[in-house]
Amino acid sequence: MSDEAMMTGKHFMNGDEACAEGALAAGCRFFAGYPITPQSEIAERMSKRMPEVGGRFIQMEDELSSIAAVLGGSWGGSRSMTATSGPGFSLMMENIGLGMMTETPCVIANIQRGSPSTGLPTAVGQGDMMQAQWGSHGDYGVIAYAPTSPQEMFDFTVKAFNKAEQYMMPVFVMADEKIGHMRERVEIDENKVEIYPRRKPEVDPDEFKPYEPDEDLVPHMASAGEGYRVHVTGLTHNQQGYPQLDVETQQEKVGRLVDKVEKNKDDIVEIETIGIEDAEVLIVSYGMAFRTAMGAYKRAREKGIKAGIVRLVTVWPFPDDRIKEFSKQVKGIVVPEINLGQMVREVERATAGNAEVKLVPHPGGGLHEPDQILESLEALL
Amino acid sequence: MTTELKQKEEVKPELTSAEHPATKYLREERLPHIWCSGCGLGSAVTSLTNAYEKLEIPIDDIGVVSGIGCSGRAAGYFETDSYHTTHGRAIPFATGLKLSNPEMNVTVFSGDGDLFAIGGNHFIHAARRNLDMTVICVNNYNFGMTGGQFGPTTPRGATATTSPYGNYENPFNLPDLAASAGAVYVARWTSVHARRIQQAMEDALSKKGFSFVEILSPCPTGYGRKNDLGEGIDELKSYQNRAVIKHESDPSEAEIERDPEAEIVVGNFVDIDRPTYCEVADDYLQSQ
Ligand SMILES: Cc1ncc(C[n+]2csc(CCOP(=O)(O)OP(=O)(O)O)c2C)c(N)n1
Ligand code: SF4
Ligand SMILES: [Mg+2]
Repeated sequence: MSDEAMMTGKHFMNGDEACAEGALAAGCRFFAGYPITPQSEIAERMSKRMPEVGGRFIQMEDELSSIAAVLGGSWGGSRSMTATSGPGFSLMMENIGLGMMTETPCVIANIQRGSPSTGLPTAVGQGDMMQAQWGSHGDYGVIAYAPTSPQEMFDFTVKAFNKAEQYMMPVFVMADEKIGHMRERVEIDENKVEIYPRRKPEVDPDEFKPYEPDEDLVPHMASAGEGYRVHVTGLTHNQQGYPQLDVETQQEKVGRLVDKVEKNKDDIVEIETIGIEDAEVLIVSYGMAFRTAMGAYKRAREKGIKAGIVRLVTVWPFPDDRIKEFSKQVKGIVVPEINLGQMVREVERATAGNAEVKLVPHPGGGLHEPDQILESLEALL
Repeated sequence: MTTELKQKEEVKPELTSAEHPATKYLREERLPHIWCSGCGLGSAVTSLTNAYEKLEIPIDDIGVVSGIGCSGRAAGYFETDSYHTTHGRAIPFATGLKLSNPEMNVTVFSGDGDLFAIGGNHFIHAARRNLDMTVICVNNYNFGMTGGQFGPTTPRGATATTSPYGNYENPFNLPDLAASAGAVYVARWTSVHARRIQQAMEDALSKKGFSFVEILSPCPTGYGRKNDLGEGIDELKSYQNRAVIKHESDPSEAEIERDPEAEIVVGNFVDIDRPTYCEVADDYLQSQ
């Protein structure tokens, strides 16, 4: 392996390793985590690579402490990340909320497995998709990416770091066991890796208000030791960062946590469309299920069915407007997911009755057969 | 919340009155503080600012991290980089802060419930790793903020809102726990020992590695009145009578009984040298 943070070149690696490399390329220099299948290869890679690039890896005592350390690491001035799978993601929820409330940039990769509970530790699942949006108590906007290959594990982890800094919040990479363990070609090109720098204060310490937002609704961040003497709290706080427990402050603060994502959707949301122009039926898909959906799409087209695919690159915030637009053009929408019906609810909501929406569920532990998706498409015609 | 509002009415601005150089470590615009009259927290905060002042630690090198509780509110009063985190997670947050920014002098200031009930696991692991930080625990034998429930340091037999028949659980002996988990500096004092506390804090702050200072502190609202100890001042008097200084004594013999006559061992229990987490890590990595 190389001592360089950016392993420019062509590699053959699995999704977990690519995720770690993406983080390093994006400037991550602090990783705290706790081993869990199918995530452990990320932690293992980080334990090897962090010392090589002058960063710090620590294996914490659990996921509660891993995420807390990552928040501390970010305030300490380092780009920071943790990675886990369902059980650990559940344990992280309270401090994910702290990260949202205190507007702390960091990245959390969730390599999903069959769930609930211990579920299927070594097999694929997409059961944590709703948890990513609603898992911690209260209201806040969420940004989550759903990679479908090791290459995207690299690329989307870089994106996640940039969005975390740009919007000052924890950002999720919602992968799964299959993507994490799949070994494919990953091309790393340093000219393609852009870095969004930390939003440092632009005024003197006397004038600085840690939670005074810019026009894009995002504030600036003073790291520890920079002389700004910030106070950071999970209590509802005013722009100075001091606790202020009243309805007006709650409205301003929490409203902004939602709005900074909602009102910047045009910048955040990414989807990919395939065969959409003449589509009469649509597949909306993400992550590993998208790869199976591609098989179904090809077979449908071979049979002369005018099918199209909307693939969610970002699953959160949900692309309501785009889905609504497409729903007016098609007879029906099929949503294959490796869960018993999560993102399909969002599709239904966005569709607002314009088209029939049909879930193709999978309980986890394996993948759909492309024909299952194909049959659902045919049934809608 | 109701407890907090009640506390606000009873505010006592003891921290503001001190025109002392150490007040530069305090966010004066946030005072008066929320703590009850007779609470030991104000004096513990003052001791810490005095220790910073004595050691001339630059304000901008200090990071204060608290969890949740009355004690956890302390972080909000320090005019330093200060972090009020979640219940139990002050130490892991501080771990990240320190590892990411090793130049910072990191102090964790929190309560017995925060550090030893919900956060107990993090305490022993941070001590085991010998992370370079100072942990100050204000032990008031109960969960003050939530209305005086029993906790992991409540003496057996003591009354609390969730031990109406007397606490039948065995409490932790904190110096013993800290010492056996690997802390390199361990001291215990009570709120009457202002000068000793400050000295212990200076020692702890100067010490490389995981140092621990326990302050036995009155909480008239949550603990004292329910246990016939009277007001804060009465609890202080009882400490004066009960405290016996035994430096370097065996911390396993420093159990605390509820009996208002029983002796309480205080002093410096541990002061040893052991390479810190970062020192060991860097040695290993460099030798590869
Ligand atoms: C996850 C979670 N559980 C419970 C609480 C409620 N809670 C707040 S403070 C506290 C106990 C604090 O006790 P201690 O650390 O001893 O602080 P004190 O108020 O006595 O200073 C509890 C249980 C919480 N804030 N978060
Ligand atoms: S610790 Fe006890 S005395 Fe102090 S503020 Fe809390 S409830 Fe009041
Ligand atoms: Mg307490």
